[in-house]
Amino acid sequence: MSSTWMTTRAWLLMLPLLVVMVAVIGWPLVDTVGLSFTDAKLVGTGGNYVGFDNYTNMLSSSNFSRTLVTTTLFAVISVAAEMVIGVLAALLLNQQFHGRAILRALMILPWALPTVVNATLWRLIYNPEYGALNAALTQLNLIDAYRSWLGEPGTALTALIVADCWKNFPLVALIALAALQAVPRDITAASLVDGAGPFNRFRFVILPYLAGPLMVALVLRTIEAFKVFDIIWVMTRGGPANSTRTLSILVYQEAFSFQRAGSGASLALIVTLLVTVLAVAYAALVRKTAGSAA
Amino acid sequence: MERRSPAFTIFIYGCALLLAAIILAPIAWLFIMSISPAADLAAKPLRWWPQAADFSRYQTLLSTAENSAGAAFTSSLRNSLEISGMATLAALALAIPAGWAVSRTPAIGWSLSMVIATYMLPPVALAVPLYMGLSHLGLLNNVFGLALVYLTILAPFTTWLMKSGFDSIPREIEAAAMIDGAGLFQTLRIITLPLAAPVMATSALFAVLLAWDEFFYALLFTSDQRAKTLTVAIADLAGGRVSDYGLIATAGVLAALPPVLIGLVMQRALISGLTSGGVKG
Repeated sequence: MSSTWMTTRAWLLMLPLLVVMVAVIGWPLVDTVGLSFTDAKLVGTGGNYVGFDNYTNMLSSSNFSRTLVTTTLFAVISVAAEMVIGVLAALLLNQQFHGRAILRALMILPWALPTVVNATLWRLIYNPEYGALNAALTQLNLIDAYRSWLGEPGTALTALIVADCWKNFPLVALIALAALQAVPRDITAASLVDGAGPFNRFRFVILPYLAGPLMVALVLRTIEAFKVFDIIWVMTRGGPANSTRTLSILVYQEAFSFQRAGSGASLALIVTLLVTVLAVAYAALVRKTAGSAA
Repeated sequence: MERRSPAFTIFIYGCALLLAAIILAPIAWLFIMSISPAADLAAKPLRWWPQAADFSRYQTLLSTAENSAGAAFTSSLRNSLEISGMATLAALALAIPAGWAVSRTPAIGWSLSMVIATYMLPPVALAVPLYMGLSHLGLLNNVFGLALVYLTILAPFTTWLMKSGFDSIPREIEAAAMIDGAGLFQTLRIITLPLAAPVMATSALFAVLLAWDEFFYALLFTSDQRAKTLTVAIADLAGGRVSDYGLIATAGVLAALPPVLIGLVMQRALISGLTSGGVKG
């Protein structure tokens, strides 16, 4: 069979996917680019060409810079916490103890819980009048009066980060655990014979095996955290006083609440660009890590 | 194996208990809220254990009496089932041929890389044109419209999973069948697809989980019981004026049940899917 025919056949099999992807991703993306240069409203006829006005207005607005800071804080803190707690949990699950299989099976629960259910659950836990957190802290005499954890700008973002970490650290733990189990027994045994302490053993023997998979998890989690919408929308809608408003929430408000499709589109593309830069930088880092760990 | 000191063993069991408590406490509390009488949930100090288990909220939500809380919930449950089912079938129909093609013809692999790169796109970058397009086609607030939009998420992911699945099936098996006189489609039907059945099942389950979990597009593109999904119905409940928090918890338990069962039953397959470079955030 000729290789041209093989390639043609492959393209034909690929075609349905490509057609659908162009229809539901390619065309909308191009259209978003077009919209971003207009003052179009969400409903009604297309707007007028306004050049880069939407971009310059957006980038110079204090809303944007504040939201960018909030998003970065959310992404950096929650992903860092998820990685640290995830690796610690994986190290624990890699030990031998009774009930280990059950505990490992439990790890899948937060991951499988739908994001909206997780957000709702934590919203109930943080409830200012009847929430379990207030009840527990009061009964333990840690606080005197019930607090509105999601209603105060000082605590809302932290409360969101805790809820996000709880759902996502088990995924990191499962990925790290799979990597740990790939560490050959004789290597850890040899390092013991050589008298390596627990810390050095982790740093020099185990970590190289973890680095690759953990980098992948780090990249994916960071991109996800940067795009975050669901958990914040359900728990705070970006409030109080916009203290938990992330970029995706800002785009939603601009394009759909205020119906400014044009400026919403420009903001969406700025977010896309930020995520892309992040992803490319990370991809380079992953390649470097994979190279040095191999 | 390293011999453990008793102190270290106690330390390990302490940590294991702590981890189990962190994982289980919120989930257990969701369930306890769903069966606690409303008075217990509003009591101060809070009653952590119901005086009498009350399963009536499950009955309320699963009843189909008109204009009840149950009618809104059951219709959203049906919509979620329909939309995840349709979107999953469509995604697999696209992913199986495409995944095989890329696996056997690496020269076209860059096209799949481009498809997968769309994972980075925030949904907000597509939302406005998709909204206008669906509105133009009369597919806003429509289960078919939402299932179509879900292909933006499901199709790249399932194609990538199928491609790695086909990669692990040696092409020599296919070549041998063809030498024995089988045509290409016969070979695929008799040899390749049966061998790929486990990967197809894993891909389908991932796709169902992703669709079941989706919230952003559903929030934007649906407006009433004809197409609202479970995630939107629950967000409505959580953000609305429902005075009985137990009812919200009950809706959460019911919505979480299918994916949690899939997760527990398919643990091994899901974890290997995730760790082979996995996605799903």
